[in-house]
Amino acid sequence: MNRSVIPVDPSEHSQRWLRVALPALIGVLALVGWDLIVRINNIPHYILPGPMRVAAAMVNDWSTLWPALLVTLRITFMALAVAVIGGVGLALLFAQSKWIEISFFPYAVVLQVTPIIAIAPLILIYVDNTHIALLICAWIVAFFPILSNTTLGLNSADHNLLDLFKLYGASRWQVLRYLRVPSALPYFLGGLRIAGGLSLIGAVVAEFTAGTAGRGSGLAYRILETGYRLNIPLMFAALALITLTGVVIFVLFTLLSHVLLHKWHESAVKRES
Amino acid sequence: MESSAPLVRLSGIGKRFGSGTVALAGLDLEIGRHEFVSLLGPSGCGKSTALRLIAGLASPSSGSIELNGTRSASHDIGFVFQEPTLMPWATVRENVRLPLKLQQRGDASANAEVDEALAMVGLIGFERAYPRELSGGMKMRVSIARALVTRPQLLLMDEPFAALDEITRIRLNNDLLELWRSHSWTVVFVTHSVYESVYLSNRIVVMAARPGRIVAEHRIDAAYPRDEEFRTSAQYNDYCRIVSKSLANAMDGT
Repeated sequence: MNRSVIPVDPSEHSQRWLRVALPALIGVLALVGWDLIVRINNIPHYILPGPMRVAAAMVNDWSTLWPALLVTLRITFMALAVAVIGGVGLALLFAQSKWIEISFFPYAVVLQVTPIIAIAPLILIYVDNTHIALLICAWIVAFFPILSNTTLGLNSADHNLLDLFKLYGASRWQVLRYLRVPSALPYFLGGLRIAGGLSLIGAVVAEFTAGTAGRGSGLAYRILETGYRLNIPLMFAALALITLTGVVIFVLFTLLSHVLLHKWHESAVKRES
Repeated sequence: MESSAPLVRLSGIGKRFGSGTVALAGLDLEIGRHEFVSLLGPSGCGKSTALRLIAGLASPSSGSIELNGTRSASHDIGFVFQEPTLMPWATVRENVRLPLKLQQRGDASANAEVDEALAMVGLIGFERAYPRELSGGMKMRVSIARALVTRPQLLLMDEPFAALDEITRIRLNNDLLELWRSHSWTVVFVTHSVYESVYLSNRIVVMAARPGRIVAEHRIDAAYPRDEEFRTSAQYNDYCRIVSKSLANAMDGT
């Protein structure tokens, strides 16, 4: 198809620029404000460090922060991977029979609504290996949105298309592969975006609960440790890293979603008007 | 007609839904080869249900359905829904190719058949477009191409043009007639438009609701090709008047 060249509206260019500049400006203003409050009130750094001090801590203690970040990242992504495999696998099983779904879904909900912070201590007691215990905690939190979204997606295939597949004598496998799975993709990706953030939260919460009991060396453990030692600048640096990790995970999955859906799905289609 | 048996024979068809609604009661209908038959009636008269029964998408509560003289389900049927019903994630070409893929036909001949179906409905040049990039009329053309790609004997259409604007509808009506005349299909066309049914069909079956049943049949003995001249002729007007009256009677009776 020939797509006519749309003349670029000059205001569109400046708008795109403002989209980046405005939030950046707010960020800078907040940092400057923070710095001023600390300086003017002479707040000691073991209560509230200024942004420069936090930045310095980030650089100076990078050698302890970096391995901690890697540990947290590893638990987050391993939990997410297991959640994807488990969630999608179970959703595919549910799609095979209404009765399987009816039998198991309530327990998936039970797993989801029980606060992780309340069961994490139990898991840490029952599972000897701290690393695996952390993984289980993060998995419990991340798994549900993938399961429920993928189940919804697999069941949301267009009814007329299902009839069409039936008309041509399609096998169960063909219906799944050519119709249900593509229909479920946008739902799955939505679930993945939520689960990515949740698995990080799950990993952090579990590390907090594990505390000094294990050889916990993730970012959350660093935060606990710096709290005990009143090394507040380092605590802020670790906190900033956790937040940054969450943002990066979100952006990563948003991008993945865009790449996979931009050609056809309404949520990712740019409107030209 | 090369065979004496009708292509479709519905005998004593009843259809009752789980809710207790009687969609069809005692429906007898024969459709001969190369006929263009319209099922015309108010909503709730079971015309779409009848079409789904013929397609084998639902089974009757009573009575029997024969296709080509046998009772076995046939995959030699094209079906066009009221909505275009395309896979949004697939290109025009992949959408049209779907029936061949489901029937696991070889690639080389499949490509040629897809090209032919696309050419029939005037979609050459749009193969790589996605459904969302197309207008309502174009999407319906894709849907028709998909129904035709297996070269079915029987084409079932469930109010396919009801959601389109008048100009597009008239153009698609003309193209459909042209295709029907140049190929040896049989078409069963569900509509609630008297004008559309008179323009297209050589037989109109008028149905009434509660319970769904046939109340009248009209032959439209106007010569093909039919064009704008026919649409403005006295003959067309007469047929429309007769069929309208028949439809009005059908609705009074309920």
